[in-house]
Amino acid sequence: MAKLSTIEDLRGLKAQILESAAAANVTQLLICGGTGCHATGSISVLEVLEEEIEKQGLSDKCKVIETGCNGFCAMGPILVVHPDDIFYQKIKPEDVPELVKSQLIENKPYEKLLHKDPVSKKKITHQSEIPFFAHQMPRVLRNKGLIDPESIDDAIARDGYHGAAKALLEMTPQDIIEQMKISGLRGRGGAGFPTGVKWEFASKSPSDVKYVLCNADEGDPGAFMDRSILEADPHAVLEGMVIAARAINAHKGYVYARTEYPLAIKRLQLAIDHAREYGLMGENILGSGFSFDVEIYQGAGAFVCGEETALMRSIEGKRGMPRPRPPFPAVKGLWEKPTILNNVESFANVGQIILNGGEWYASVGTEKSKGTKVFAISGDVNNIGLVEVPMGSPLRQMIYDVGGGIPKKKKFKAVQLGGPSGGCIPEAYLDTPVDYEEIAKVGAIMGSGGVIVMDEDTCMVDMARFFMDFIQEESCGKCTPCREGTRRFLEILDKITGGKGEPSDIEALETLASTIQDTALCGLGQTAANPVLSTLRYFKEEYDAHVYEKRCPAKRCVALLKFEIDPDKCTSCGLCFKGCPVDAITWKKKEPAVIDKEKCIECLTCFEKCKFGAID
Amino acid sequence: MAYDPHPHHPDITFEMWTRIDEIIRIYRPKAGSIISVLRECQDVVGYLPVELMDYIGQGLNVPRSDVYGVASFYALFSMEPKGRHTVRVCMGTACYVKGIKEVMRRIGREFNIEEGGTSEDRRFSLEAVRCLGACGLAPVMVVDHDTYGDVKSDGVIKILNNYE
Ligand SMILES: Cc1cc2nc3c(=O)[nH]c(=O)nc-3n(C[C@H](O)[C@H](O)[C@H](O)COP(=O)(O)O)c2cc1C
Ligand code: FES
Repeated sequence: MAKLSTIEDLRGLKAQILESAAAANVTQLLICGGTGCHATGSISVLEVLEEEIEKQGLSDKCKVIETGCNGFCAMGPILVVHPDDIFYQKIKPEDVPELVKSQLIENKPYEKLLHKDPVSKKKITHQSEIPFFAHQMPRVLRNKGLIDPESIDDAIARDGYHGAAKALLEMTPQDIIEQMKISGLRGRGGAGFPTGVKWEFASKSPSDVKYVLCNADEGDPGAFMDRSILEADPHAVLEGMVIAARAINAHKGYVYARTEYPLAIKRLQLAIDHAREYGLMGENILGSGFSFDVEIYQGAGAFVCGEETALMRSIEGKRGMPRPRPPFPAVKGLWEKPTILNNVESFANVGQIILNGGEWYASVGTEKSKGTKVFAISGDVNNIGLVEVPMGSPLRQMIYDVGGGIPKKKKFKAVQLGGPSGGCIPEAYLDTPVDYEEIAKVGAIMGSGGVIVMDEDTCMVDMARFFMDFIQEESCGKCTPCREGTRRFLEILDKITGGKGEPSDIEALETLASTIQDTALCGLGQTAANPVLSTLRYFKEEYDAHVYEKRCPAKRCVALLKFEIDPDKCTSCGLCFKGCPVDAITWKKKEPAVIDKEKCIECLTCFEKCKFGAID
Repeated sequence: MAYDPHPHHPDITFEMWTRIDEIIRIYRPKAGSIISVLRECQDVVGYLPVELMDYIGQGLNVPRSDVYGVASFYALFSMEPKGRHTVRVCMGTACYVKGIKEVMRRIGREFNIEEGGTSEDRRFSLEAVRCLGACGLAPVMVVDHDTYGDVKSDGVIKILNNYE
């Protein structure tokens, strides 16, 4: 690879890549290579596909490309045929010969592997017509599933580093900050602080050494936006960091990456290497005289290290404990030098903002929440995956139109937003638009973008206990309110779900909540009570059922279940009998089933299998 | 044999010590490298025995208490030997909603292991992890390097029985 030393070099390279792609005129077979699809076997599908193409002599007519996460994770392994836009799902290696024959030789879509819409029950041929994709507006994810994330040329062909080139060669740092402020971009890591303002603070801190950090710790369980961005389009993140560095005049950056994300780390490292080879990172970028380089720092599995001051501690090689602010990192951050920290998704927006202007970015969204936001939808919903929608879209649209509703004809109960600091939103508030302020009003937070849908079988008290268990375990122990408060919370919730709850416990939860909110040192403790408060606010009757009636309405809390089958409700279908892993159920045709409590291991399989709610 | 400066430890071979020395040599001049050194040494030995942490402290010229403090803070580091197979069960929200709790209980009961523990025959170590980022496949379990999606309490034992 030759170094690019001017902006013309970069533009020339893009033109050249596009030209040779047009000349080759091949059908692209885009096979998803995200973590989810890897786990369902996309690598062997890819290998068989390449063999089959070779065998059929189609090698000069088509090209197999492994892309990053396509987004529709529940349907993996996924193959998209480009430019025809045909979407195949759940492909098995043995399907490949038929698929190749139909799609590539006979030129007609292979019916069997097309997507079936869970609502209309119809088969859909084109990716853009699938409701899951049709309601989205990809900006951050504009390259996902379209490029090979391990090829810098693919990124450049789609305007990669063109924003950085403009920032470095045609704009002053003040211009960059101005455009970022106009765009209205707010930090996507959770707190929603305006990115342009943060950069302005750091740009005004006098120092010869400054740092740009990228938060790729993605600690919220149920969130995989940042992983997917890094796996699908790592150059977009690096480009954002280069622009930020220029804005505040920093020459060194770190990406703090979650150790559980090996594939994302591998692709990011490759991207850094390629960018250095092209001279898009390192000394004298594109002949601008400006230098900036990035290193990956791997975390070691501590949720609190996602908090900014703790993250900096961790890069310094210490225990990752937060410290009180001020001084803010923009004044004193990593190694006591002015530092900015932004989230992966925040950085991935920057190149586009600079290239198209802040006004372009702000043209969608609400008054205070501009642009688009990436969400990871999971849980009890048909279309699990990654979606990007304009700010202001109602939650209902995300769950029903994009998400395809709740599977198995179950009823919706709540949607959880914002991870362990967030809250559960019930049916009545599903028309709330996704907007930082509006979401906060209904007792949750926007958070980083994890959206977990829960159906009627979810026990809300148990969920509150789940989040508290998480926070209690992750509390770093530095400040007493968080260390002791979360433990006390967990004890009470254990007591309630364990069938020993007393009326005074609910009051105790409320008192504890206000104390910890007011006194904890960092965001972890200050928001620790949110899952409890939001479930108390909307699902008080479930707490009451546990405490006063010693009953778990969703039948999830083992201590409150009797493991008995109601003969009047039992239809003698035998499903529970077949499912029981320890043969604890006796059943004969036309007779109600019976559970032998001596043998029962309380695994709840029979509760799951029974369609008639006959087990208590 | 020549004088061996390394402490004696049954789980650390001579070759391992050579690699450990190399790791320490590379990171020694860099500030704040304890985490990286611990990570790489754990990759070599499989876990972090006390003797090894002491040795790293001397090698990097930092107090033993600092090394121990870092090792005990981060979930990645283990001071106990691991089983032949590591079973990582996702306890993230999406997996929890889809019933991973029952899967966890079932594994624990069947192989007599506690969460975070290792079975007596050292066959399995059972770990709870917080979201593997594969929520689309929930509930998720990873055995060594193999990811299994949609695991249920009735099918999980069959999967694990493939690992001796
Ligand atoms: C306990 C805790 C955990 C956090 N975890 C993350 C995380 O995993 N990823 C992230 O981007 N931000 C996380 N944050 C927010 C960061 O502190 C910080 O606000 C953010 O990275 C700034 O980037 P942004 O302005 O681009 O959002 C966390 C905050 C707290 C209090
Ligand atoms: S919650 Fe289990 S993979 Fe995300």
